[in-house]
Amino acid sequence: MAEIPLLELAGVHTHIGRYHILHGVDLAVPEGRVSMLLGRNGAGKTTALRTILGLWRASYGMIHFAGAEITAHATPDIARLGIAYVPENMGVFASLTVAENFRLADWRGDLRPTRLDAVMAAFPVLAQKWRARAGTLSGGQKQMLAIGRAIAAEHRLLIIDEPSKGLAPGMVAQLTEALIGLKQARTTILLVEQNFAMAQALGDHVAVMEDGRIVYRGDMAALAKDIPLQTRLLGLSLASHQ
Amino acid sequence: MTPIARQPLSLGGRDPLPYLVLPALMVLALAAMKFSAWLTLTVAGLAVGCMLFLAAIGLTLIFGLMDVLNFAHGGFVTLGAFIVAAVFAALPASGGGAAAALGVVALALAAAAVAGGGLGLVFERLLIRRVAGAPLRQILITVGGGIILQQMLIVLFGAEPLALPRPEALRGGFIIAGAAVERYRLMVCLLGLVVYAATHLALNRTRLGLLIRAAVENREMVEALGFRAERLFRLVFAAGTALAAIGGVVWALYAGMVTADLGADIIILIFIVVIIGGLGSVSGCFLASLLLGLANNYVGFLAPKLALGTDIALMLIVLLWRPRGLLPMDGA
Repeated sequence: MAEIPLLELAGVHTHIGRYHILHGVDLAVPEGRVSMLLGRNGAGKTTALRTILGLWRASYGMIHFAGAEITAHATPDIARLGIAYVPENMGVFASLTVAENFRLADWRGDLRPTRLDAVMAAFPVLAQKWRARAGTLSGGQKQMLAIGRAIAAEHRLLIIDEPSKGLAPGMVAQLTEALIGLKQARTTILLVEQNFAMAQALGDHVAVMEDGRIVYRGDMAALAKDIPLQTRLLGLSLASHQ
Repeated sequence: MTPIARQPLSLGGRDPLPYLVLPALMVLALAAMKFSAWLTLTVAGLAVGCMLFLAAIGLTLIFGLMDVLNFAHGGFVTLGAFIVAAVFAALPASGGGAAAALGVVALALAAAAVAGGGLGLVFERLLIRRVAGAPLRQILITVGGGIILQQMLIVLFGAEPLALPRPEALRGGFIIAGAAVERYRLMVCLLGLVVYAATHLALNRTRLGLLIRAAVENREMVEALGFRAERLFRLVFAAGTALAAIGGVVWALYAGMVTADLGADIIILIFIVVIIGGLGSVSGCFLASLLLGLANNYVGFLAPKLALGTDIALMLIVLLWRPRGLLPMDGA
């Protein structure tokens, strides 16, 4: 029997002003797996994520999450269904402390101590910086805060946009390790990423976007092995993206 | 135990320099005049400052969270002034004792807050929401909305000025160290301090305040976390207009008269306060209000011919020193 995806986009178009960015995106994110969304800069990956969250409206097409249509839902309603989002700019509140950022992790105000302790175990630096303003953290620490805040509350789907962007290699390795922990815990993740090592270590499935369309979908392992396919789809082999 | 349960929220560091301006001004003024004159002028200046703060805090809150410069703000100040006149007409406060007089004033403040907040909600729903993110349209529509509000008040209360004698309990004063201190001014100082403390605590020590501060910084992310920022904005707009109406009550009782132009007469002063303080900053608004109140009194006493230009001169000096105001929004 075919697996019912947790998140499904069918023929989604998105316009931003007079620009037509997404041209009928079809994407399925199965539950308990890590789905990678790859593509060159400007392919429409971030627009696809923002459209799922309702931050930009889909002009046509349908988006379903956990069996319910969410295409026209407002962003807070979509988030309340159990979708956590870590944007490309991380979305931490720089003027608030790390503690205050975590207080906003759960809209119900029902943050479980055990989950928070697990986050602190994964990112010990956040406990050390607990009372520091988030704006004073390094780029890597901000990314840990953004991901930590997203996983501190219970969610059914975690959407992360380029977590390794601009980070030092050591920080990327630490982040990858934390995300592998989430993968092992069967967390459903939709991840946009350019770093091959991270993509290969995390991805179960992959979809590649080009000019606002999905042009390839398959297993991450298969794409990782196929250098000519990588070159054709992404311009360069994934190895060169490390 | 989790770190959240373990540790209180931190407000972070503050640049102390702007906070020193006020005591520095007071010390300089003390050196230039007799103590009794200084004390009288200082109490009066602080009272005017607190009145300005009450009238201006709503404007800075609305700008800080919603990025809306509400040019109709003066209309809500005028609304508060007419509400206190109506309450006093219905329940004359002059006859009873001090407790009865204070009770009527408290009732007027509450009625003004309810009317200001309620009308603010309608104003936000009908006008502000339609021009979100369009500054030029916001200016036009809030100026127009302010004119409509003023004309509606004239239709309801008449165009003639209404006399508003202060209750007996709030008249007169007492002598401290040879200086005359008015009772009403002390009450206004107390009210200003209470509103400042309450706003500061609400913003910095409550979950709602935390949400507001987060939404000021990144509305989109607040929504992506599942919070309804639009409701927050509505609440803040209503709180801002309610505070403007409270400011109107206090100004009207100070002036002893209510006219339909009251809000329009002080709106420039309110904008100067908000700009000097730093757009969107509550602490900046409080500091700037007190600074303006004191500077006006000291300059008016020491060099009366310069008094008219004090507000603009102070704004120029502050903006040359700190182009974003004394305490910009991240220091709210």
